[in-house]
Amino acid sequence: MRIMHCPLNGPRNISEFVYGGEVTEMPDPATASDAEWADHVFLENNRRGIVREWWLHVATAYWFIAERDTATDKVIQTYPSSDIYTERVSFTVPEEEGGRS
Amino acid sequence: MPFGLLKYGLRRRYPARRDVPVATELKPSYDVVIIGGGGHGLAAAYYLAKNHGITNVAILEKGYLAGGNTARNTAIIRSNYLTPEGVRFYDESVRMYQDLSQELDYNILYSERGHLTLAHTDGAMRTSRWRAEVNKHLGVKSELIYPDEIARVCPQLNLSSEVRYPIMGALHHYPGAIARHDAVAWGYAANAARRGVEIHQQTEVTGILKDGDRVTGVETTRGVVSCGKVLQAVAGHSSVMAEMAGFKLPIRTIPLQACVSQPLKPFLDAIIVSGSLHVYVSQSDRGELVMGGSTDPYTLYSTRSTLDFKEGLMGHMLELFPFLSEVRLLRQWAGIADMTPDFSPVMGLTPIENYYVDAGWGTWGFKATPVSGKRMAETVATGEVPDILDPFRLDRFDTFEQVGERGAASVGH
Repeated sequence: MRIMHCPLNGPRNISEFVYGGEVTEMPDPATASDAEWADHVFLENNRRGIVREWWLHVATAYWFIAERDTATDKVIQTYPSSDIYTERVSFTVPEEEGGRS
Repeated sequence: MPFGLLKYGLRRRYPARRDVPVATELKPSYDVVIIGGGGHGLAAAYYLAKNHGITNVAILEKGYLAGGNTARNTAIIRSNYLTPEGVRFYDESVRMYQDLSQELDYNILYSERGHLTLAHTDGAMRTSRWRAEVNKHLGVKSELIYPDEIARVCPQLNLSSEVRYPIMGALHHYPGAIARHDAVAWGYAANAARRGVEIHQQTEVTGILKDGDRVTGVETTRGVVSCGKVLQAVAGHSSVMAEMAGFKLPIRTIPLQACVSQPLKPFLDAIIVSGSLHVYVSQSDRGELVMGGSTDPYTLYSTRSTLDFKEGLMGHMLELFPFLSEVRLLRQWAGIADMTPDFSPVMGLTPIENYYVDAGWGTWGFKATPVSGKRMAETVATGEVPDILDPFRLDRFDTFEQVGERGAASVGH
């Protein structure tokens, strides 16, 4: 059984975790074109090599970041998402589009 | 012909029959370069030569012939999909497979077995009924059957209700079949080579040469080759290849594991699949049980096997066939699959004018080998996408027109 080091819970079985995809930057939904949004939602870099990814420790509902080599399956390091997301992300809808639900 | 056989028999030495000639040096230029010497690439080369008269073609394969996912699938051929686009496409493939041994003069050991997709929940029963209706509407023979009929088709199945997931019904797909996967690739390779196509193994493409939005050639480990058109057919490494060419694909590369048991006397005729239990099993002509399950839980470019997978698979296998508990596993392996968000392939044009893609073959690539080869050859030769491929175009994601194929293997219902 493979072990992953959760930043919150320490070393745990890999079966306790769920993969959440590559860490990418979300375009501003209010201003992004359909093509940019489709790129963000569907297209993948899918690189072979070291990739920064979202992982979830299911039992504690804790999302964190792991750097993993997708060629060898070695986890290089894991850390809390607060290490790279230092500002609050705002999801406010611009005035003129308000009321659409 | 009888004398030919006699003459052969009376010879002192028996020359080995060589299906695929050893390719010599790379030529400086080809009309079409096909990247990837698996089933799809070889089939495309064959149909380019046969249907379109294009024979100045090179297949560049970084490893050996058909050594990737063509050698790693579980060889199931069927067309009982859910979407009309999918059913029409895979049905053409099944019909081509039925005559393929004759067409290629190469025995692919096509064996029509019937295919049962078991349903263990109300949701799966609903999907099975839905698939049966879509199939019948498009002329594909599929029927929803209930435990009494299942017991007749496959008496070996454990139909008891004293299990965790009792069998409520099944989608019976009559033309479901298996074939010898290597022979499919060898048959296409031999016939393509006979028509003049060059097959270069141990030749890895390391870069794509472009002039604006056009490809002018490819860099390989054996030098630069210029070309008129390129077809990419490199399941597993599709994203890596596409990045070299300069575009992105909606693909995550995820391993799919499989294994075979020791050979047993023939006892299992039908192909048995359960989406809910993530099991599929058939008995090969050698008597081995060929078994697979769901894809791995996360992306990886490695073909390693895991104990987790086998524990999960065998738990469910033993619920369906408890009497197999003493049977040993013989081999295990994995292939790396191109998983798309809608479980449909990505085929046809790319942002690069003379560069064509055949990718996104997830867990459904082998069964589509003939139709993909034929239709991609048509696309490359004419530069126009045939109607049957149009739903699978790359830019369906930009326009939010996906083909949600929940009839694919590895998809729970």
